[in-house]
Amino acid sequence: MEPLLEVRDLRVEFPTRRGILTALDGVSFSIAPGEVLGVVGESGAGKSMTGAAIIGLLEPPGRIAGGQILLNGKRIDNLRYDQMRRIRGREIGAIFQDPLTTLNPLYTVGHQLMETIQTHLGLDGAEARRRAIGWLEMVGIPAAAQRVDSYPHEFSGGMRQRVVIALALCAEPKLIVADEPTTALDVSIQAQVIALLKGLARDKGTSMMLVTHDMGVIAETADRVAVMYAGRIAEIGPVREVVKHPKHPYSVGLMASIPPLDRKVDHLAQIDGSMPRLSAIPRGCAFNPRCPEVFARCLVERPVLLETGATRAACWLYDEASEKRAPEAMRHG
Amino acid sequence: MAESPVLEVEDLVRYFDVSRPWLQRVLAGEGRRTLKAVDGISFSIPKGTTLSLVGESGCGKSTVARLVVGLYRPTRGRVMFEGVELERARAVAEQRRRMQMIFQDPYASLNPRWRVKDIVAEPIRAFGLTTGAQQQDRVAQLLTQVGLSPLDGEKFPHEFSGGQRQRISIARALSSNPDFLVCDEPTSALDVSVQAQILNLMKDLQVRLGLTYLFISHNLAVVRQVSDRIGVMYLGRLVELAPAETLFTAPRHPYTRALMEAIPDLEMTGRQRIPVGGEVPSPISPPSGCPFHPRCPLANDRCKAERPGLIPARGTEQSLTACHAVEEGRDGGVPAAQRIGTTATAL
Amino acid sequence: MAATSSALGRMLDSDLWWSFKRSPITVASAVVALICVLGAVLAPLLAPHDPFDVATLNLIDAFKPPAWAAEGDATYPLGSDDQGRDVLSAIMYGARVSLLVGVCAVAFSLVVGVAVGLLAGYAGGAVDGLLMRIADIQLTFPSILIALLVDGVARAALPPAVHDRIALFVVIFAIGISAWPQFARTVRGSTLVERNKEYVLAARVIGISQLRIMLTHVLPNVLGPVLVIATLGLSNAIISEATLSYLGVGVPQTQPSLGTLIRIGNDFLFSGEWWIAIFPGIALIVMVLSVNLLGDWLRDALNPRLR
Repeated sequence: MEPLLEVRDLRVEFPTRRGILTALDGVSFSIAPGEVLGVVGESGAGKSMTGAAIIGLLEPPGRIAGGQILLNGKRIDNLRYDQMRRIRGREIGAIFQDPLTTLNPLYTVGHQLMETIQTHLGLDGAEARRRAIGWLEMVGIPAAAQRVDSYPHEFSGGMRQRVVIALALCAEPKLIVADEPTTALDVSIQAQVIALLKGLARDKGTSMMLVTHDMGVIAETADRVAVMYAGRIAEIGPVREVVKHPKHPYSVGLMASIPPLDRKVDHLAQIDGSMPRLSAIPRGCAFNPRCPEVFARCLVERPVLLETGATRAACWLYDEASEKRAPEAMRHG
Repeated sequence: MAESPVLEVEDLVRYFDVSRPWLQRVLAGEGRRTLKAVDGISFSIPKGTTLSLVGESGCGKSTVARLVVGLYRPTRGRVMFEGVELERARAVAEQRRRMQMIFQDPYASLNPRWRVKDIVAEPIRAFGLTTGAQQQDRVAQLLTQVGLSPLDGEKFPHEFSGGQRQRISIARALSSNPDFLVCDEPTSALDVSVQAQILNLMKDLQVRLGLTYLFISHNLAVVRQVSDRIGVMYLGRLVELAPAETLFTAPRHPYTRALMEAIPDLEMTGRQRIPVGGEVPSPISPPSGCPFHPRCPLANDRCKAERPGLIPARGTEQSLTACHAVEEGRDGGVPAAQRIGTTATAL
Repeated sequence: MAATSSALGRMLDSDLWWSFKRSPITVASAVVALICVLGAVLAPLLAPHDPFDVATLNLIDAFKPPAWAAEGDATYPLGSDDQGRDVLSAIMYGARVSLLVGVCAVAFSLVVGVAVGLLAGYAGGAVDGLLMRIADIQLTFPSILIALLVDGVARAALPPAVHDRIALFVVIFAIGISAWPQFARTVRGSTLVERNKEYVLAARVIGISQLRIMLTHVLPNVLGPVLVIATLGLSNAIISEATLSYLGVGVPQTQPSLGTLIRIGNDFLFSGEWWIAIFPGIALIVMVLSVNLLGDWLRDALNPRLR
């Protein structure tokens, strides 16, 4: 099937006084219609930046310095601001971590929904209002017909995030970029919002890029997952495979360091050290200083995404030409 | 467990006055408003063990942490540190030295204008423990103990990552040789792989130094790894207090169960779970009776009217629950095998 | 990244120095401001004449136009005034007085304002309410009015001999007292943020005294904006002093500041001897403008939210 979104070799740079920082480096992936792609990684891994680049909202002075972003086969990375604004909303919906940054406090939620619906779908006022109420009902806001005339501050945090979701969906975009949509919410509300997003993606056939640091949310929601590290994709594949049989040593360490809920362990698996700063990304594989499997080639040559079976991992362990060693030994270590 | 508790909290209450300024109040014709952050909780922590308080934001767990180290004064109730009333204990430097606190945000808990060595040495100086070369050696030893280099002492906090900063916070907290450490969400601002480092370090230090912890967190999986006993808080009250294993294998309070049910897991059973409906009510006007009743599937008229006390649960006596349904046996008894999510590591 | 250990190394490596170098206007203002300060401070060494040495004054040299004019005299580069004083030298000595009053006034309001702001922000409650209402009330009066009031009261209350002796301090006090609320408000705002930060709580947990926390923890972290206000306040203070002196209530006649010079020159402005007023005026504008531009840059450079 033709991918809805295709990102090819994306490179994002930040010029600073100490030289150019490369925030994203050679990021490639695609999202099929109706698919949910999870993007995980630790803070600074570049996951949010990938989302921002796709919706054309990179914070200056950040800029796309290479690669392409294609939506339905058409490039959108080189569009002017006003052209991109039309695509945002109509074809790509965005959900951010903090609902307050998305909602305008001066207008009722109904006004904001109707404005988006009218702009993008060209409907008249009465019909737009009917749809706005419909969307609020769909995202689970009780008494939607009354609450449509409320202002954002009259909603609680969880309800506000539902409004944001309705706002992202109401122009019926084909793709939703959701950046940490549940992080600001309490765990009981989080579960409600995940269930909502999952259901809507399924029922409407909407594709979604779900950016989060919470592996549990990804496991519950995504079809495929990309694990990012230091601005690069370390591993990408079906969520079940990446979670249960990770291949990249970083993914292996990441999965192992999640504290289990079902038992107490004496010593949690940990990855020593911390992710390099963008100004000091090591040569070769970015993970090599922390990698328990590191060998000579990793220090000099940057790995490309290699087939590992069910997933693809940027790790020389999976190249025929490398000295082969399986990472199985470390998984329970 | 026979040892006397390091910390005892009895019917602790803390209200905050969140009224608007007097003039606005008069103009709007409204009265004073009180936020009941902590509303009558009791627990004790035996020496060398960890008690964790879990709950969602606004449940009052951080307020308890601050009450326990004397940052807030209780509105009512008592905090006893080794059998001495907290305020009297804290009046003595030697007692104050023995309690320390680790905070959530590693970016705000270190003074950005101070060098790391001065940050770590502040308690040493405050209590006059050592001076001069001895003090330098002590700082170097503390930094090594938490996995940093003695040379890091010369640097400023901004030169470190979040995990390293949290190590500095721990080194600082340990510098006065405390016995009791209050840890307020010490890992929730950290990435998961770094979180594992810090949790391992804290467990290791507890064994080596015989520390007693009060651990505050919203993350049940983290809490399971570090706790001996766990208290679940909701709207300023303890709804369940149980040994860690019991809480996870046989959660009794409907809220505890809902909380565990809501955690996304890595098992991917594809099961349709029923998230608990509604949201946490405002602690300014909490519901009458049991604070959980508007969201509770087991609520009846008694729950709406009468506040339940924290009593041993029918069936699992080591668990204390504040629930009329559990007391009356309306909760279906001890769950045979509560299904709890497993994770990738279990495979 | 090489770790720079020396203080100079850290300074040259800092973001502040970097943003300074990148802004030509800022570098130019810094150079101009430096020239003004050096010219003023080193006036006794650099000035061609001593305008206060009555022995060297000669009424024959009065009203000489600037050196480049037809009747100009090279010994008086910017001309001379009605007493035969060299205008350039008078400007240098006058700038000295203006700067002295400005710096002292700012220092005075800074100390008062920072202390009040720190106390109000850290103590909160009734103390905060009281101090900030006082600041609010004072802010409703124009600062020049307060300065005039203070000066007037001092004049009326003190015998003339005493007043002349302490006139300079009266002016400093008058200008300084009118500017403290700005410092107090800013410091209070930053203190409110800092006092709830966890590093302050950590210090409270081990029982560090409140005064010590205020001075060693909070104070260093609220000084950034203070530096900006102080710089911008310096140019305001210089202008206030010039205004007071222009109105004839400022510094004593024996120590003329730039404002005094402009007032004296004003009498001759329309009788052809324009240079007596215009050159001190230009000196005042250049000095104030350069300090102001430096302050603007500092404000932008220290505000992390703009970056």
